[in-house]
Amino acid sequence: MTARVGVVTFPGSLDDGDAARAVRIAGAEPVRLWHGDPDLHGVDAVVLPGGFSYGDYLRCGAIARFAPVMGSIVDAARGGLPVLGICNGFQILCEAHLLPGALTRNQHLHFRNRDQVLRIEAVGTAWTNAFQPGQEVLIPVKNGEGCYVADPATLDRLEAEGRVVARYVGGNPNGSQRDIAAITNEAGNVVGIMPHPEHAVEALTGPSLDGLGFFTSVLKHLVGAPA
Amino acid sequence: MTTHPDPALRETPGVVPQAGPADDWARGVDTVPRAAGTPEELQPYAELGLRDDEYDRIRHILGRRPTQAELAMYSIMWSEHCSYKSSKVHLRQFGEKAPPSDRLLAGIGENAGVVQVSDELAVTFKVESHNHPSFVEPYQGAATGVGGIVRDILAMGARPVAVMDPLRFGAADHPDTARVLPGVVAGVGGYGNCLGLPNIGGEVVFDPCYQGNPLVNALCLGVLPVDRLQKKEAAGPGNVVVLMGAKTGRDGIGGVSVLASATFDEGSEQRRPSVQVGDPFTEKLLIEACLELYDAELVVGIQDLGGAGLTCALTETAAAAGTGMRVWLERVPLREPSMEPHEILASESQERMLLVVAPDKLEAVLKTAEKWGVLATAIGEVTAPSPDGQPGRLLITWRDQEVVDVPPGSLVDDGPVYARPMREPADLILLQADRAETLPRPSDPEALRETLLRMIASPNLADKTWVTEQYDRYVLGNTVLAQPEDSGVIRIDERTGLGVALSVDGNGRYARLDPYHGTKLALAEAYRNVAVTGAKPIAVTNCLNFGSPEDPGVMWQFAEAVRGLADGCLELGIPVTGGNVSFYNQTGAAAIHPTPVVGVLGVLDNVADQVPMGFVPRPAGDHDQLFLLGETHVELSGSEWAWVTHEHLGGIPPQVDLARERQLAELLAEAARVGHLSSAHDLSDGGLAQSLVESSLRRGVGARVVLPERFAGGSMPFVFLFSESAGRVLVSVPRGHEKAFTALCAERGVPWEFIGVTDPASGALEVHGQFRIGLDELREAHTGTLPRLFGGAEAARVEVEATRTGTTTVLPATAEQPVDVDPAEVAAEPIAQAGAAPAETEVEATSATSADVADAPAADDAPADEVVADEAPTDAAGAAADAPAAADPDDSATATGDPDQPSAPDQR
Repeated sequence: MTARVGVVTFPGSLDDGDAARAVRIAGAEPVRLWHGDPDLHGVDAVVLPGGFSYGDYLRCGAIARFAPVMGSIVDAARGGLPVLGICNGFQILCEAHLLPGALTRNQHLHFRNRDQVLRIEAVGTAWTNAFQPGQEVLIPVKNGEGCYVADPATLDRLEAEGRVVARYVGGNPNGSQRDIAAITNEAGNVVGIMPHPEHAVEALTGPSLDGLGFFTSVLKHLVGAPA
Repeated sequence: MTTHPDPALRETPGVVPQAGPADDWARGVDTVPRAAGTPEELQPYAELGLRDDEYDRIRHILGRRPTQAELAMYSIMWSEHCSYKSSKVHLRQFGEKAPPSDRLLAGIGENAGVVQVSDELAVTFKVESHNHPSFVEPYQGAATGVGGIVRDILAMGARPVAVMDPLRFGAADHPDTARVLPGVVAGVGGYGNCLGLPNIGGEVVFDPCYQGNPLVNALCLGVLPVDRLQKKEAAGPGNVVVLMGAKTGRDGIGGVSVLASATFDEGSEQRRPSVQVGDPFTEKLLIEACLELYDAELVVGIQDLGGAGLTCALTETAAAAGTGMRVWLERVPLREPSMEPHEILASESQERMLLVVAPDKLEAVLKTAEKWGVLATAIGEVTAPSPDGQPGRLLITWRDQEVVDVPPGSLVDDGPVYARPMREPADLILLQADRAETLPRPSDPEALRETLLRMIASPNLADKTWVTEQYDRYVLGNTVLAQPEDSGVIRIDERTGLGVALSVDGNGRYARLDPYHGTKLALAEAYRNVAVTGAKPIAVTNCLNFGSPEDPGVMWQFAEAVRGLADGCLELGIPVTGGNVSFYNQTGAAAIHPTPVVGVLGVLDNVADQVPMGFVPRPAGDHDQLFLLGETHVELSGSEWAWVTHEHLGGIPPQVDLARERQLAELLAEAARVGHLSSAHDLSDGGLAQSLVESSLRRGVGARVVLPERFAGGSMPFVFLFSESAGRVLVSVPRGHEKAFTALCAERGVPWEFIGVTDPASGALEVHGQFRIGLDELREAHTGTLPRLFGGAEAARVEVEATRTGTTTVLPATAEQPVDVDPAEVAAEPIAQAGAAPAETEVEATSATSADVADAPAADDAPADEVVADEAPTDAAGAAADAPAAADPDDSATATGDPDQPSAPDQR
């Protein structure tokens, strides 16, 4: 049976269609979830897409974490549901305390969109098991508030526990501490990533096909996971 | 939903006032009965930009003096900005000369032109200006410029899918440019990014003529199923009028009538409240809500609220249908409860749409709005035309007081139309005689190498990544090509690969030297930029940025530009589908260069066939062959080289041959289709040298170029590399295809020349016998300029203030050096301007044109017989005053300050 991957639409979500397309290209069935509906409709995994949820006039993700759907997602994530937060989704996961730290304004204060090389460092997560350790991938980054920060103890722990999923290589686009581009929770089912793998799934529209690995990873993970 | 008030009230405007005048004023409302009873009351029409004869006409139409609210409505609807009163007589050429097209589903006069691209799909696109607000308040001015054009596209029934921004600023190193540019770029990005629209191209141009008057144009592209096309007609008496979106506030009050239609000089600070404030989040919700309404077929008519706000939307929708309308103004949700009727009617608060809904669909409409968290309020209803066949009337009450009773068509269609006096600027002949071909040129390899490095680092030719990486180009996942490519290419049908290519171009210097051919050159460049991707050009939009129409010299430039564009489109066989005129772009008496910005849209049956601009990496030993298509002449006048090297502007711009452009486009489409092209790149500003550098740096693939024999000696290598002759394209052809490709060129009658090979291994650009420059050195020169100018800490500080406060870019920078301006004097300025406006029927003497002479370069050594005198006839006048509406109401802009003393003080 095809895996069903939920893609949440908050008011102000922008890359929800792209995330759904990536899920489809990876071979799964995208299921659109609505911010106001706490029902997860039995999905096997969830993607929180990029965008500006609720306008993000307040701290990014600060309102979205209180959306009805997030209550269900937080509970399910604690029970092992694979959750990928991309950009705004990463911000929401931090606000929801599923991941440590926070995303702040880019150090240079500009929105920045460029094709970015990342090094995948943790391949044991639900979303990165299709990669090789140390593999370099090319994926677009585009954000205004993508500067990852946490206190030194948290950063040390993330590194010690192998929870830094990806780092920026060849230039840090936003000033993130220790070049961190993506992290995971202790269980490895929740991943937050600032760059946009869903924009690197078609040769015609992306700089590479490297993003597809995140979505095929979760399918592999679901097959291997106990039902 | 509601009942009518006493119909007698609105049918008898001449009725004796029910209450005494003093009572009405005490309540703050000037009512229709009161207006009828106090014919002698003085009204501030001149302050609102209306002339004596225009005011008399309003009184004649109404049979009484207008109420305060009515006066506000007429003043904004009859402003240059909304009425196109100076441009109408010229713009109708776009219709008269339009080549036949069976693709056009909606044309000029609609919110945006709609072009069918397949059996099921149509696209709509339009470019609009937001120039003056962006000078006063760069962040919000630019942001709301994007928001406004997006709503135009939305109103046609389309999903907006991409934006582009042609931007023009003063000198790159002028301190005020460091205030304006970062704010504008952040505003364009801030709004477009938050709306989820990829920014796929545009322009960033610097020229001192834009110092006090930057040009911020915004283009939006939308896609719709053919059967989802929406109408703006408020049809069907009894239907409900619904206002959806943001609350109405005082922002943008007078934005149209004060900011856009009268020149003022000092005190832009005081005008800040007139600039609207954008809320892209609300606009995003509005888009989704509207699209859901369209798909469920819940609306009869729809119109966006842009310039002139509710006034424009109410009168245009009613006038389009010939119906009347009954509006209860107190139902409009307000941000500030103290707003008065005329303020509500004039407010340009952003993110609002007006819907016309059948009563039985109202509940479903309100439910959809609620789902998306957008306000939707029934504020009125459509009323029947008069029994005698006359159109209905627009009747507006405010807390049971009748404040407006007008024929809606009188505001929309019966505005003044002027055939303003025109005269070729007196300095033009001297300017054209001062040819850049006579300037000293580099003639040895070392000088040529140095020239190339200097040119590619000059602000207009330098890499624009610093700007464009602030825009999201990936969102929606359909961007196939984006800047710095010649065109943006968007896939619009994932199933079939159908896509469109879009380019916007303009060259103010060419248009200054010859507005007729300069406009054709802009058209040719945009057309060629679309063609090099392999797309077939099918439609044109435009944004005509000019100085004051009251200056006969400017009016002549405008008429010539319109004539050039209309003629050009006829020659190319593609129609103008819509556009925008922006007048009053000047600083004091000095107008900007006439700057027609032309957008061309093309279709690609399969975006997979698209041709990019960059040379393609090949495995070791392999390479592509380089061909230059078109002919290179000694054409340096108006060129980037003349400007960068000699600060020279003079002569005749390059020749333009649209028949050849058409042949070239057809060749490129065919060559792309059969796979002859690895890359194709248009030649324009900076000539072949610029294209070689851009194509090399795009993917880091160098090239070896040989000079054709006739370009071998003296300064001819320079001419080959830097001439700006039109109709040329640099292509790279895979090995094995060259014979078939050149045969195709011959068959299509396109001149071609083999000029070298790509050199993937060399890491350098080499021009045989002249120079060899490493790609790293080229990249450093090309990419360093903008970060150096705008990437500093100070620019960043200004931007962060803008985005944090959401309103103010100017404050942090200007607070350090307050301007010494008397507020009373500033407030009085527009009055003086409006009052001083000359009567259009009078033939003006040379006073106004003399302004242009001031910046004419001395015509020193150019022999008079070199002047080409047989171009651009100067007798473009004689247009009738009863022209039909020829374009939709849009933005126009005004100038501020003096070029040498910008009203916003320098930061540094």
